[in-house]
Amino acid sequence: MKTLEELLKLKAEAQAAMAQKTRVLVCCGGCTSSGSLKVTAAFEKEIAAAGLADKVQVVKTGCMGLCSQGPIVVIQPGNIFYSHIDELKVGKIVNEHLMGGKPVKEFLYPETVADPDKILAMAETNFYKKQLCLALRNCGHISPLHIEEYIARDGYEALWRCLNEKKPEEIVQTMIDSGLRGRGGAGFPTGKKWLLAAQQKETPKYVICNADEGDPGAFMDRSVLEGDPHVILEAMTIAGYATGSHHGYIYVRAEYPIAVQRLEIAIDQAHKLGVLGKNIFETGFDFDIELRLGAGAFVCGEGSALMTSIEGNRGEPRQKPPRSAEKGLFQKPSLLNNVETYANIPQIILKGADWFKAIGTEGSTGTKVFAVGGKINNTGLVEVPMGTTLREVVYDICGGIPGGGKFKAAQTGGPSGGCIPADHLDVKMDFDSLKKIGSMMGSGGLIVMDEHTCMVDIAKFFLEFTVDESCGKCVPCRIGTRRMLDILNKITMGQATMEDLDKLEELCSHIQQNSLCGLGQSAPNPVVSTLKYFRDEYIAHIVDKRCPAGVCKKLVRYTIDKTKCKGCTMCARNCPAVAISGSIRQPHEIDQVKCLKCGACMSNCKFGAISKG
Amino acid sequence: MDMVNLKVNGISVSVPKGTKIVAAAHEAGVKVPTLCYLKGVNEIASCRICMVEVVGPRGNSLVPACAQPVKEGMEVLTNTPRVLDARRRTLQLILSDHNKKCLSCVRNGKCELQELCHEMNMDDEDHFKGAQHLPPVDDSAVHMDRDNSKCILCRRCVSMCTNIQQIGVIGANNRGFNTQIGCAFERGLGETSCVSCGQCIAVCPTGALYEKSYIDEVLAAIADPKKHVVVQTAPSVRVGLGEEFGYPIGTDVEGKMAAALRRIGFDKVFDTDFGADLTIMEEANEFVERVKTGGVLPMITSCSPGWVKYCEHYYPDQLAHLSTCKSPQQMQGAVTKTYYAKKAGIDPKDIVSVSVMPCTAKKFEIGRDGQEAAGVKDVDYVLTTRELARMIKRVGLDFRSLPDETFDDPIGESTGAAVIFGATGGVMEAALRTAVETLTGETLARPEFHEVRGQEGIKEATYNVAGMEVKVAVASSTGNARKIMDQIRAGTAPWHFVEIMCCPGGCVNGGGQPQVPASIRNFVNVPKLRADALYRNNEAKTIRKSHENPSIKKIYADFLGKPGSETAHHVLHTHYVPREVC
Repeated sequence: MKTLEELLKLKAEAQAAMAQKTRVLVCCGGCTSSGSLKVTAAFEKEIAAAGLADKVQVVKTGCMGLCSQGPIVVIQPGNIFYSHIDELKVGKIVNEHLMGGKPVKEFLYPETVADPDKILAMAETNFYKKQLCLALRNCGHISPLHIEEYIARDGYEALWRCLNEKKPEEIVQTMIDSGLRGRGGAGFPTGKKWLLAAQQKETPKYVICNADEGDPGAFMDRSVLEGDPHVILEAMTIAGYATGSHHGYIYVRAEYPIAVQRLEIAIDQAHKLGVLGKNIFETGFDFDIELRLGAGAFVCGEGSALMTSIEGNRGEPRQKPPRSAEKGLFQKPSLLNNVETYANIPQIILKGADWFKAIGTEGSTGTKVFAVGGKINNTGLVEVPMGTTLREVVYDICGGIPGGGKFKAAQTGGPSGGCIPADHLDVKMDFDSLKKIGSMMGSGGLIVMDEHTCMVDIAKFFLEFTVDESCGKCVPCRIGTRRMLDILNKITMGQATMEDLDKLEELCSHIQQNSLCGLGQSAPNPVVSTLKYFRDEYIAHIVDKRCPAGVCKKLVRYTIDKTKCKGCTMCARNCPAVAISGSIRQPHEIDQVKCLKCGACMSNCKFGAISKG
Repeated sequence: MDMVNLKVNGISVSVPKGTKIVAAAHEAGVKVPTLCYLKGVNEIASCRICMVEVVGPRGNSLVPACAQPVKEGMEVLTNTPRVLDARRRTLQLILSDHNKKCLSCVRNGKCELQELCHEMNMDDEDHFKGAQHLPPVDDSAVHMDRDNSKCILCRRCVSMCTNIQQIGVIGANNRGFNTQIGCAFERGLGETSCVSCGQCIAVCPTGALYEKSYIDEVLAAIADPKKHVVVQTAPSVRVGLGEEFGYPIGTDVEGKMAAALRRIGFDKVFDTDFGADLTIMEEANEFVERVKTGGVLPMITSCSPGWVKYCEHYYPDQLAHLSTCKSPQQMQGAVTKTYYAKKAGIDPKDIVSVSVMPCTAKKFEIGRDGQEAAGVKDVDYVLTTRELARMIKRVGLDFRSLPDETFDDPIGESTGAAVIFGATGGVMEAALRTAVETLTGETLARPEFHEVRGQEGIKEATYNVAGMEVKVAVASSTGNARKIMDQIRAGTAPWHFVEIMCCPGGCVNGGGQPQVPASIRNFVNVPKLRADALYRNNEAKTIRKSHENPSIKKIYADFLGKPGSETAHHVLHTHYVPREVC
């Protein structure tokens, strides 16, 4: 393939083929864990049995985003949105919807049938209508296993235009003008990174994709890799052309086997079509991509540790300078971008920097994908313009807290980020605004917490992660985070003094200022921000020996209100520790020494006589 | 050279571009404390002790002085309250997971961590309390132990083993707080292809790494009236030992050392230098024979047991290149229990043969096959230079006030050729002095071969000897040995004769020599200073060629016959075995 006409012809054919058939899109991203592969098989079987095989196509797509409703099935045309589908429901959908033309209302996502007179399309629901998908634009819409479907949605056109119509420096300038900032965590301007790499004289240069998504709960990169692998290949090839590199590496966690498999298939297809490898689009430009599987160390998401790992060494960061742009992989100039960053690039090339800049805020252009989890109704992936407020994400898009609970805080940026209290619900979600209030964008993890969350416990949870994932190279991170955890353990067990709190703060500032890499420097953030906004909770644990949220077991006391207790003995009979005594029809009592704080008594009391505090 | 101007604590200084802050500060007369940093070996900025403040437009930042290159106009502050506080916290963190049994530690008084605590007035080593590691000691190797409860994870040993020696049998296992230095799959060091060089010990700042000590055994033998205990000392010991008694690096204390050994109670004080002269006689002869008979070339020296073990593990297909000569230690041990035993009328079984070596691989070497000329081990115990110093202190000798004494006959006399064995290139030069005279039949006017001297890792020279071009190469460190051996294996090596020493700079810098703290080592060329002392010793000798040593002539006349004779082969030569990489 050489000319644009050839590419556009292929695109038109693919579009026609996709339009010709009814498409049953089955989310085979995260939904595979709730059984979407069985659903797919059932559809294929039922469709064949119904003799619809030539009219209906079953497509395994990447993640559709609304994970809490999975497995999700969407039928096109019409964008009809089925949620919680299992294989037993498939027969009915095939019979009534595909054969009879009538969607099965009882299986549809409830919001789409709230109005009995019409069925909302998927994109019209609250979860989707406020979203703007750039990085995820193809996820859930195409088959990641077919390069034609990617081409049908403008795939590889940006690469063609770069190689045939643009000089490398023009592409770099477009990146600079777009204001795109790295989506992996630090938010470094992508254009500046490309410029630095392009300016290096030494060869070979390397273009690397950071697909070592390690933040607990974040899975946007996985979704792109699984749902739209070609966009990464195209973007990396553009980066190679713009910076003068011919070698690409994708460093992907081995825990993402589906992503790895789909990338391998995509690389193979791209080779066969001549859009990757030698003499791309017959322009004489060569660029090839190799996969490197990571062993799942959080620290390997840090650029220099990632490169050390690709080299075959223990994944540990190194002191900078020199920057990776000058001396990176194999001591050669290297350009490293994150998956989500790359996913934006072909569109920026096609639509221009001004188009991209118009989305988001001045300092943070474009969109950001958040992986929303925790105490929230709609867990899943949400892509919104930068600057969308936390309130909009939590309430308008994600449907608020389950059971009408009260929002207490949200943690952004994973274990390196910080918490945002309810006072800041209207904070704009962009790099600078989040940083200003002591949190960070990070890779886009967003964990929502309600009033039943203990903030000391949550800080401890994140710190346990960091302690576990510290590479062990520098002293402040290796020993310092462990000492912080030692203190947090004391606090949650009611053994700490105010002097320990001073030491904890001392350690926070020491580790932030003295650690070798960004991971160490940001490791204390969860503690720093919970101390900033929820200091009273720490003091309650330390001084009052009390956990206000009733989470820290050592500090929780279950007590029986004698005025409410009817002496039914349910609590005593359900207590595994035989800690409750009392005669029938007489008020009971809990022996605090024997009590395991399991809560069985409370959940079995029919009279609300047992309280926790 | 591009120069960069900066200020350190207000002191202007101009240094070459690329210089690190720590070196620029040194130029300005300012000491920045370090712990993990060892110039040219370990520059990974992991300990964070050397943090300094750099004045910046958006506030001052803390940076590691060991890794941060200087910039034009940079302003560095090394002793602000913020800096001192940061260092103090980091040190307290290190101490919170350190086995602080300093009184019984082998490095007590010579520990870089202890010194740092002293310098920083550490008054609260228990500021941070919590979980602590107390892993078992790895005592599986024949030459050394590892006690990770004393390890501060500076990684100097790892860098030395991996980057300089290019062996890499140790590395970091586990991660985070559980990180420990050890061998792959947490096997013992003795189960790996460690070559026993002891360079890891030489660079360890604390008491985590130390040689297996035989001081008690040797003192017990001395106290046993039935045993005749003799000692030999390698060339490098005399130029290292003084450091343990406050002498400047590069001081030759040969005379006081001999006196000390005698006062410790050794029955005879011999000199490995005699064994070195003997080695030259045999090795030069072997080389000449190989040249004349078309034997395997290049011939490679076999004095360094770490190098020999390295070759056996990593180049088992190239063992034919190794000279069959035993090392000077083993030749000395062999003639002690044969020639000397016979002369003195002592049953070799009653002789306890002790050597003092700058080397830990020698502790491995004495247990090798084919090192039993008299049917018993040629050498029974090896002590390092450090152990000898500890022994001198233990028996209560005031080393500095000892008189200068000489070695005992009949195997104590040596030449200038022998004493330079301790420096890289020294064996080659000594061998050339004898080989050239043997081949040409003429006496060298100046027995000096300057081309093979000096501290470079690999040196090459070509000499015209009796119409023949003799190409030689000299390498020190196994990392450099690898480069030489790859060429030999590939068949592209141009040389006839190659000298390889296992340790960088040769035996003067051996793994058994006194440890020099990084604060000195980073700014002083220690191997060079010690080697210079050996060359001065050589200059002072009237006899500087091994074949002119009267005692050597006598042993050949009385016992060995001529170099390469059957007796010589039985007593002075050995064989090698292929080993695996593991």
